[in-house]
Amino acid sequence: MSKVDLAQFHKAFYEESLDGLDAMEQALLALDEGAEDPELINVVFRAAHSIKGGAATFGFTDVAAFTHVAENLMDEVRSGRRPMEKAVVELLLRSGDTVRDMLSLSMTGQPAATAESQALLAELSAMVSGVAVAPVAAAKAAAPAEAIEGWDIAFRPFDYLLKSGNDPARMFRELEALGPLAVTCDASKLPALADMDAESSYLGWTLSLDAGAKRAAVEGVFDWVDGDCDLTVTPRIAAPAPVAAAVAAAPVAAAAPRTVRDPAANSESSSVRVGIEKIDTLINLVGELVITQSMLSQFNDGVDASQLEMLRHGLAQLGRHTRELQESVMSIRMLPISTVFNRFPRLVRDLAQKLDKKVVLDMRGETTELDKTVLEKIGDPLVHLVRNAIDHGLEMPDKRLAAGKGDTGTLRLEAFHRGGSIVVEVADNGAGLNREAIVAKAIQRGIIATGEGMSDEAVSDLIFEAGFSTAAATTDLSGRGVGMDVVRRNVMDLGGTVAIRSVQGSGTTFTITLPLTLAIIDGLTAAVGEEIYIVPLVSIIESVQVKPDTVRSVAGGGELFRFRDNWMPIVRLFDVFGCAGQRRAVDEGIVIVVEGEGTRIGLFVDELIGQQQAVVKSLEANYRRVTGISGATILADGSVALIADVTGLVRMQARRKAA
Amino acid sequence: MNQQANSATAQPEEAAQYLTVNLGNEEYGVDILAVREIRGWTPVTRIPQAPGYVLGVLNLRGAIVPVLDLRLRFGLAREEYTATTVTVIVMVNGRQFGVVVDAVSDVVEVAPGDVRPVPDMGTTVDTEYLKGLTTVAERMVLLLDVDRLLQPQDAQMLEAALASTDVKAVA
Amino acid sequence: MAKILAVDDSASMRSMVAFTLRGAGHDVEEADNGQAALDSAAVHKFDLILADVNMPVMDGITMVREIRTRADYRGIPILMLTTESNPEKKMEGKAAGATGWLVKPFDPDQLLATVNRVLG
Repeated sequence: MSKVDLAQFHKAFYEESLDGLDAMEQALLALDEGAEDPELINVVFRAAHSIKGGAATFGFTDVAAFTHVAENLMDEVRSGRRPMEKAVVELLLRSGDTVRDMLSLSMTGQPAATAESQALLAELSAMVSGVAVAPVAAAKAAAPAEAIEGWDIAFRPFDYLLKSGNDPARMFRELEALGPLAVTCDASKLPALADMDAESSYLGWTLSLDAGAKRAAVEGVFDWVDGDCDLTVTPRIAAPAPVAAAVAAAPVAAAAPRTVRDPAANSESSSVRVGIEKIDTLINLVGELVITQSMLSQFNDGVDASQLEMLRHGLAQLGRHTRELQESVMSIRMLPISTVFNRFPRLVRDLAQKLDKKVVLDMRGETTELDKTVLEKIGDPLVHLVRNAIDHGLEMPDKRLAAGKGDTGTLRLEAFHRGGSIVVEVADNGAGLNREAIVAKAIQRGIIATGEGMSDEAVSDLIFEAGFSTAAATTDLSGRGVGMDVVRRNVMDLGGTVAIRSVQGSGTTFTITLPLTLAIIDGLTAAVGEEIYIVPLVSIIESVQVKPDTVRSVAGGGELFRFRDNWMPIVRLFDVFGCAGQRRAVDEGIVIVVEGEGTRIGLFVDELIGQQQAVVKSLEANYRRVTGISGATILADGSVALIADVTGLVRMQARRKAA
Repeated sequence: MNQQANSATAQPEEAAQYLTVNLGNEEYGVDILAVREIRGWTPVTRIPQAPGYVLGVLNLRGAIVPVLDLRLRFGLAREEYTATTVTVIVMVNGRQFGVVVDAVSDVVEVAPGDVRPVPDMGTTVDTEYLKGLTTVAERMVLLLDVDRLLQPQDAQMLEAALASTDVKAVA
Repeated sequence: MAKILAVDDSASMRSMVAFTLRGAGHDVEEADNGQAALDSAAVHKFDLILADVNMPVMDGITMVREIRTRADYRGIPILMLTTESNPEKKMEGKAAGATGWLVKPFDPDQLLATVNRVLG
């Protein structure tokens, strides 16, 4: 007996099944839109087929039984016995969802068959003509016992048998394992040597097995050559037995034990699948690094002047390789945004159907890569924005026609790079935000007193306020108790921002700007008193030296300064962080204008030291969260510098103002 | 008696080992199982809004680790940080932090039966941070409850301090 | 010890097969479709090939048909990893030149028993 623990393959099975389900869903959606590529049907069939095979192998019998029926349905389509109609697509889409649920239940060691899956299975079975519900691993009826003393076997392979890799000697060995065997060879059909084909078989045998083995066991030896030989298997019996039984494939039960899974193994962030080309790049880089290192090691014993140029060259090379290596390692965490976008064709289709709206989804930039952590957390906010756009943004077809537009609305989902950030846009060409309705609601909710004098931009921003909802009635679609404020908070937690641009009558665009990665930021190093802080470049608008005459003191001890015709508060990091050292007058330092949550403030620091990439380290891992600080990094000399949290500082300033 | 039983933490049957450290004229014991590393004093980076005894954070092989001064924690005057000043890195509940003491002295073995409850007097230390006291070669050793040195009450205190900072700034 | 090629588009099935066979002392190469298997068979000399039927790029049946045209693979055992729901596939596989089949689902013991059966 082997001691292979099948549980070790469960995670791989789960992951590839999810991939298969995703591919299946995409193919189904394409088929639904009238695509006629037979490969799409194959993709769907293969997904069901593979999951069934794996599930049965790894002991997930419920999943196997379910996918078996789905596979049969697809087989009918594939063989042309059934058209790929809407109802089939619909049922298979739902089946995909159910299998996804069943798989995750299985992975956590829970029973996968639920009332829901059973109901859907019944629907599937009803659609598939004449298929029983659970034929996988169905028990074979026990054959009646035969009082058999032995077997007489006449076996004459057709001449091509050897070419199939089957070897009569091998079969005889197997028979011998069942009991004493006598073999007689019939060489009467052997041709003259000159006519003989070395790879053909000319011999026949009669065999006599002296054992009361089961017919299935005896015929099982020949099951692979059924049809490739003349074979008669006759029992020597005390009592007659039926001979007519068809040769059956050896029944194989799914005997794999079901193992309770460690729920942690199912955690999404526990592993990253990395493309081989990324690994190759890494290996190449490390190779170059080793070469550079050996080149530099010759300077171990000192450098004379003639070698200086070489040393400089080596160091420059080392610097370049280190940077490339860092980029390469970071790219391992990067995954294409298509992993998130992929769910939208289905979502949009279902929503549009439910609301009787016509929507075309226009997805662009799916290959844009994002940090895995960012990717995992951006899904929900995007789903919310997409739901909102279809629910509230796009109009009903008749309304669109009345407004002089086409009856089909467009929802654009686009990802692209801009500077050091990733931008994701969700845009609809619907009615746009209704300024009056927003103002009225905001007043009703006590968020503002009046809408007068507010710019359109400021009014649009109101929908991000906590407790605000533009829907007249809470609908099943968007109003799940989660508002736009949660969308904004989620994006901000990722170090990103959300902006909104709306034109009444022609649509709304949400623009989410996200950092490329959470692990490394570009920052400005600034001295404050005797300390050093890092301000993320992404939040910085500009650094300015202020003149005393552009600064105004306000009641309560605050300071405002004029920047591009706007007055904005000065936040002295020295005071906020309680720094050690000498406090400076406002014209002795630098104001870094930063923006967070759409609000600008000026951070007053003593001087700017430079710009650098900072590897972000958590303060919370060993300590706790500190207001105004987003993390820490390690400087070139090994000391620690803290990273300013611009959003936190903006909020602190707002609280101060409110108090 | 109950308290005595409790004080002998994980293995009630076996003797526990303690690293003893000096603080002024007193000697404290730190459960050796919590000690990760003993380092010479290096400057740290101050953290805003931290209580006075949290000196700041240092870079421990890439991890950001807070450092507290045991003297300040116990309300003693701060000594000069000298070449003999050491930072004991401890790991408690998966978190690492450094504890600055005057010097480390010894590793002692303490049988559970030799641990006595701390009388609520006579030491400069709030008994809240002690598991008990014992006598080793006629020296009194106060056994520290390391878990409590940098624990929730700090966080609460800090939140309170934070709130008051805001108010102060307005006033 | 035999040199074996395991062909399956499912990574979990493939690794189960490979892991089991390696545990039994065999030298196993893997391929995730028929074309990759043909490429691998051109480089290595396998004593046995285990191939799934349904695969993207090139299915198992086509792969068997192709590989049987190569002189050095004419008599090498090739087993199809097939499913019970597709008895016609067995016949198709045989017509293409497969030696036999192993019916999915199978467990590591059944796999080893079948492999031993053909390797003798």
